[in-house]
Amino acid sequence: MAQPLAKGLAGRPENHGSAKVQRPWIEPAVTAVVFGLFVLYSLWEVLFHANGVYGSYVSPFFSPQVGRWLGMRNFIAIPVVWIPLFFRGTCYYYRKEYNRAWFWHPSSCAATEPSGRRYTGESRFPFSWTNLHRYFWYLAVIVLAFLWKDTISAFFFHQGFAVRLGSLLMLANAIFLTLYTFSCHAFRHLVGGGKDCNSCMLGAQAGQPTTSYRMWTRVSRWNQRHGGWAWASLISVWVVDLYIRLLIMGVIHDVRFF
Amino acid sequence: MSEEMVLSIYRGDANGGQEEEYRVPLETGMVVLDALHYVQAEAAPDLAVRWNCKAAHCGSCSAEVNGRPRLLCKTRLDQYVGQVVHIRPMHAFPIIKDLVTDVSSNYRVAKQIPAFQPRTPAPFTMYQRDVDRVQEFHRCIECFLCQDTCHVLRNHGGTDQYFGPRMMAKVAEWEMHPMDVADRRQFLKDVAGLPMCNVTRCCVDVCPEHIVITDNAIIPLKERVADQYWDPIRALFRRFHRPAEGAVPGAGSDVSSRA
Repeated sequence: MAQPLAKGLAGRPENHGSAKVQRPWIEPAVTAVVFGLFVLYSLWEVLFHANGVYGSYVSPFFSPQVGRWLGMRNFIAIPVVWIPLFFRGTCYYYRKEYNRAWFWHPSSCAATEPSGRRYTGESRFPFSWTNLHRYFWYLAVIVLAFLWKDTISAFFFHQGFAVRLGSLLMLANAIFLTLYTFSCHAFRHLVGGGKDCNSCMLGAQAGQPTTSYRMWTRVSRWNQRHGGWAWASLISVWVVDLYIRLLIMGVIHDVRFF
Repeated sequence: MSEEMVLSIYRGDANGGQEEEYRVPLETGMVVLDALHYVQAEAAPDLAVRWNCKAAHCGSCSAEVNGRPRLLCKTRLDQYVGQVVHIRPMHAFPIIKDLVTDVSSNYRVAKQIPAFQPRTPAPFTMYQRDVDRVQEFHRCIECFLCQDTCHVLRNHGGTDQYFGPRMMAKVAEWEMHPMDVADRRQFLKDVAGLPMCNVTRCCVDVCPEHIVITDNAIIPLKERVADQYWDPIRALFRRFHRPAEGAVPGAGSDVSSRA
């Protein structure tokens, strides 16, 4: 199987319809605003709240509750929240987005950047640390395991099994985070992207596709939508946390379906 | 009577120039290169534009149409109805005349890439699944639109800083080849300027051959460089594990990744 093309590119006519007048600032502006709001919300949540638990629900910002295990009374999200932060911060997709939106390197394709701005790409600190993405991936998988545990727990209440709006939101969040995590470029490299030969096996297996090849082709397909999963999981984390925060504050009541 | 399009074409050379307007009757199926040929025939016989196949196969007619790097022979004119069509040479390369640029810097850096180094003399026996990966990069027609849109080449020092997406695809083509044994990771890090790329994917957006340069060439190469220089666990693993020598695809040998 050839490497997958980006969805919809294969066979796409080069030009269709009319070429819109370009407004290259729209995409980076929207991205900058959404990312900025998420960062401000995260700071408010992590720095000003000491509890992220409501009944069977645990906010993704506060899971696993390492701060509580360590006996911390304040900033209990801090011992864990840096992992998803750096995982996303070093993610290849997010690098594209924040380099365009925040640093304007470039603000849009084929745009002329302001002259006189020094640019070192990812060759100097702090951006050279994006090379450590794989390590944040390893840690993110551990956090993801706890999120799935929390998600299963979110379907069990004092009265037993129940499906509530919070349970479904947490389930959707866990699914989006799983898709985001396992469509990662570093994971794609890890499972088989680093190999040049996928038919080089001994004996009867010679010429047969290896397990790593099968995994690589599958992750490659997931990887085409990595950006979509990145956005979906960012929003789902935001929504789930806000829902639990509003429950804790008594602003809303949980909706029970059955 | 057919609609008339207004083309604003850059006219000038290395000493400078400016856009000049020409009017061209729009015909069904007309591409921008057709319109330029009309201008050459009717109004400006000295207009310089490089072209060859007029079928999006040779990669000669690269330029910028309304600010976007495009092949002139693959860009339909009717999509710009109601707009002035600004046609300029590729910004990342020195202008020779009008729409013709000097792309020789690409050939200069290409010569520096460590060449394909087969583990056994050709002909090779390879399985299709192993060759598919590198064949994506064979589709490149060297139009250099990716080089033109890359902001490192465009705004931050050109190929002296970073060899560019086209050259990364070329390196990937050899580096990922199942029969190649050369190790280009230090070259990528220290000479080719791979760390200068911040993966903003503009090269993918403009590629007329739809090669997914960033995800299938640049990022895998960055991961291979990270294997070598940013991964202490792999470094430890390498100290105790050496891949088998002389492995040949399909010949019953075990080939391990150089990582």
